Amino acid sequence: MPKTILKAINWNRLQDEKDLEVWNRLTVNFWLPEKVPLSNDVQSWSTLRPEERELTIRVFTGLTLLDTVQSSVGAISLMPDVVTQHEEACLTNIAFMESVHARSYSSIFSTLCSTKEIDDAFRWSEENPHLQAKARIILDKYKAGEDPLKRKIASVFLESFLFYSGFYLPMYWSSRAKLTNTADLIRLIIRDEAVHGYYIGYKFQRGVEKLDEAKRQELKDFAFALMFDLYEIEQRYTEELYDGIGLTEDVKAFLHYNANKALQNLGYEALFPPSVCEVNPAILAALSPDSENHDFFSGSGSSYVIGKAVATEDDDWDF
Amino acid sequence: MPGLVFFSSASGNTLRFVTRLFGGPGPGPQAASASAPERGLYRIPISPKEPGPDPSALTAAGGYVLICPTFADGEGRGAVPKQVIRFLNDPGLRAGIRGVIAGGNRNFGATFALAGKVIATKCNVPLLYSFELAGTETDIARVRRGLDLFWGTECSTMA
Repeated sequence: MPKTILKAINWNRLQDEKDLEVWNRLTVNFWLPEKVPLSNDVQSWSTLRPEERELTIRVFTGLTLLDTVQSSVGAISLMPDVVTQHEEACLTNIAFMESVHARSYSSIFSTLCSTKEIDDAFRWSEENPHLQAKARIILDKYKAGEDPLKRKIASVFLESFLFYSGFYLPMYWSSRAKLTNTADLIRLIIRDEAVHGYYIGYKFQRGVEKLDEAKRQELKDFAFALMFDLYEIEQRYTEELYDGIGLTEDVKAFLHYNANKALQNLGYEALFPPSVCEVNPAILAALSPDSENHDFFSGSGSSYVIGKAVATEDDDWDF
Repeated sequence: MPGLVFFSSASGNTLRFVTRLFGGPGPGPQAASASAPERGLYRIPISPKEPGPDPSALTAAGGYVLICPTFADGEGRGAVPKQVIRFLNDPGLRAGIRGVIAGGNRNFGATFALAGKVIATKCNVPLLYSFELAGTETDIARVRRGLDLFWGTECSTMA
């Protein structure tokens, strides 16, 4: 039997420029929870009502479960399907960063909560049927033998859609000047998930290009059907968590908006119409502070931007 | 007719935005997959080996609005794609820019659509609009209407 030749990865010979671009983005954005001064939120935490605290811990254990799934199974399940060795390297970074995310929630807990509160919330995450159901659906798609492109669809939906019922809450607290350091940490996670969803979605699109029209249609049908299934669960999960503080409808608009963005990462059109995607402006502002929506045309937002220091030190500019 | 110059990386988000902007009545939306100078549309190529838009055509068109995605890292570095920097480094091409529209993703926080701010600062033109990924229906409608208004204003100031 002839021996297979083992190939060392050569970053000076790229098959896909996007691999290096994303590798650079991922590595430059590396962070650890120890960098965020979470203890500054202790005072703020004590101003939350007991049910608000319980909700927050539950939301974070829910997010921890998804990060655990993505780190230990999701990103790794994509590796056998890679087209380039550089893509595989990017996935190792993604898998590791998901472990950093999962670990960060425990940093938040140990800073703010009692051991009993933490244990209760983890038990809740094991017993909540909606949370278990969404993680299970995704894990099912990651199984060996599934279509590699369907695995990518599931992965993008996890990265770009399923997290957002949870991410909503720290953005909401931040918009009311509560738990602002925790929100800074969550924004780092959101930034990473955006690169992950973009990159896996990009690789999905490269894969789809090679298929005939019938197969493309089948994948698109699969994607929209899976989105509907996940959305059903997300609705129930959202109601169960947020009905108590009256935020369910606000969270749902955020879900619709993010579902559309997840579909865009796969190259598809939006599913939810603009009328149900009107996210609370306070939440949008919490997501991207210091960056109001520029609409020169309608006269809203500042038009001749400038002023703020922007990183233009790039050597490539000639003027 | 004033022009629209755009750059879209292999992910195709900005291309999808421009395609829908040019969709509707008239030639098929796939016309946007490459440059369509007869419709005032010019694409900055991904590969530096391919020829870019012709400066004289853009001058003859009476200037252009640039649509550009953002690729910033966490510190805001590298926001403007290299290909767009190369395009703007050419004084003949740069001369025609009248405004910029930027793509991005709010999930990148303060660097959302940063390429638009950088280009607006560098070229001293207004940042007209920012959108996320491939844009929403609302974005498309606003930009369509806005560009009509903008060029109307531009023409009347020039007259």
